[in-house]
Amino acid sequence: MSKIAITSEGPELDDLVDPRFGRAAGFVIVDLEDMSSSYIDNGQTQVLAQGAGIQAAQLVAGAKVDCVLSGFVGPKAFQALSAVKIKVVQNLDEGMTVRQAVDKFKAGVLQYAEGPNRGAGR
Amino acid sequence: MIVAIASGKGGTGKTTVAASLTRVWERPLVAVDLDVEAPNLHLFLRPEIEESGPAWIETPVVDESKCTHCLACSALCQFKAISVMGSVVLAFSEMCHGCGGCIAICPEKAISAGKRELGEISRGYAGNTEFLMGCLRIGEAMSPPLMRQVKSRMKNIIEASGRDAIIDAPPGVSCPAVNAVMDSDVIVLVTEPTPFGLHDFKLAWEAFSPFGKPMGVVINRAGVGDREVYSFCAEKGIPVLAEAPYERAAAEGYARGRVIADLSPEFRNIFVSLHSKIFELAAGTLHKEAAHA
Repeated sequence: MSKIAITSEGPELDDLVDPRFGRAAGFVIVDLEDMSSSYIDNGQTQVLAQGAGIQAAQLVAGAKVDCVLSGFVGPKAFQALSAVKIKVVQNLDEGMTVRQAVDKFKAGVLQYAEGPNRGAGR
Repeated sequence: MIVAIASGKGGTGKTTVAASLTRVWERPLVAVDLDVEAPNLHLFLRPEIEESGPAWIETPVVDESKCTHCLACSALCQFKAISVMGSVVLAFSEMCHGCGGCIAICPEKAISAGKRELGEISRGYAGNTEFLMGCLRIGEAMSPPLMRQVKSRMKNIIEASGRDAIIDAPPGVSCPAVNAVMDSDVIVLVTEPTPFGLHDFKLAWEAFSPFGKPMGVVINRAGVGDREVYSFCAEKGIPVLAEAPYERAAAEGYARGRVIADLSPEFRNIFVSLHSKIFELAAGTLHKEAAHA
């Protein structure tokens, strides 16, 4: 596994994790090989009346990530991510930075989700 | 003539006014309950239903063997109801607005029409008044697609029989409310003379004004609250077509499912007068002084 996406309130590794997936401010994409990072702004998705989770899934799939770390992932987003075999880690603790989430992931203490933990549209 | 009975705030008396108008309407009439999320006009008119059946919307079904993942459908759909993830096409029926665009645009003809149930449409008679009602399926998120089908039935009835129509609209000022008033000839806004009533009445007046249709007001529960609604109407030149007093008898009658116009000659006269003023409003002959009686 080389690249993961973390839902984030800002573009930096020291920004806080955004607990929402579909309506996250953005995604920090981290290459686990060298810890280099890039940022995908999700502002266009936040304003959608519906389908935010699906569009967000398309954005992170376009970044060729293998896994998404977030707080809450809804059913349609989960289905869309599963379709392209992107794994999901959810229920990240509140107040955690992106860097802390990545460190936890690398330490192997986070578990992959088997299903969505949120109803649609929340 | 199609008259929409609308309001910003819920619970101001749309159904009370709509039901009472059916009792005094002189021309042949169809009463239409377009508040499909919570239809209740039938509770007062007690129609005999002659036919009732499900209404459907077309949603996409994809034949994956024909799909080349060209993304044409996915790019077209504003609602993400059809999305392509890698080599998988995902169709989310419950998010589809039924425009048929994906089916039309697919170059491989890989998408065909499936369906989702929107709810039920019923038609019958309450005395001489024809009755039409939409009732949204529990769990269905969108009411305008069902409302459009009810309106289409309404237009067929109008064309076939020359009836006037009274529409009992849903409350609010969002898509369902706009859908209910947009095809009418006259909009009657029902409000109450309270700060809440005024607040939502202003929203409704602002939302519906761009249609340029004749609009008038019925003030229900007159006697409670304050005079702010009256001041607003005077300032904007919105005619007050009728006032229904705040009386215990009206509340008791309503709670028993009775039509207010049937309660007493006094109540009936309020709606007889409203009926005439609606026609004057539609014809552009309503005198402002008379309207502010």
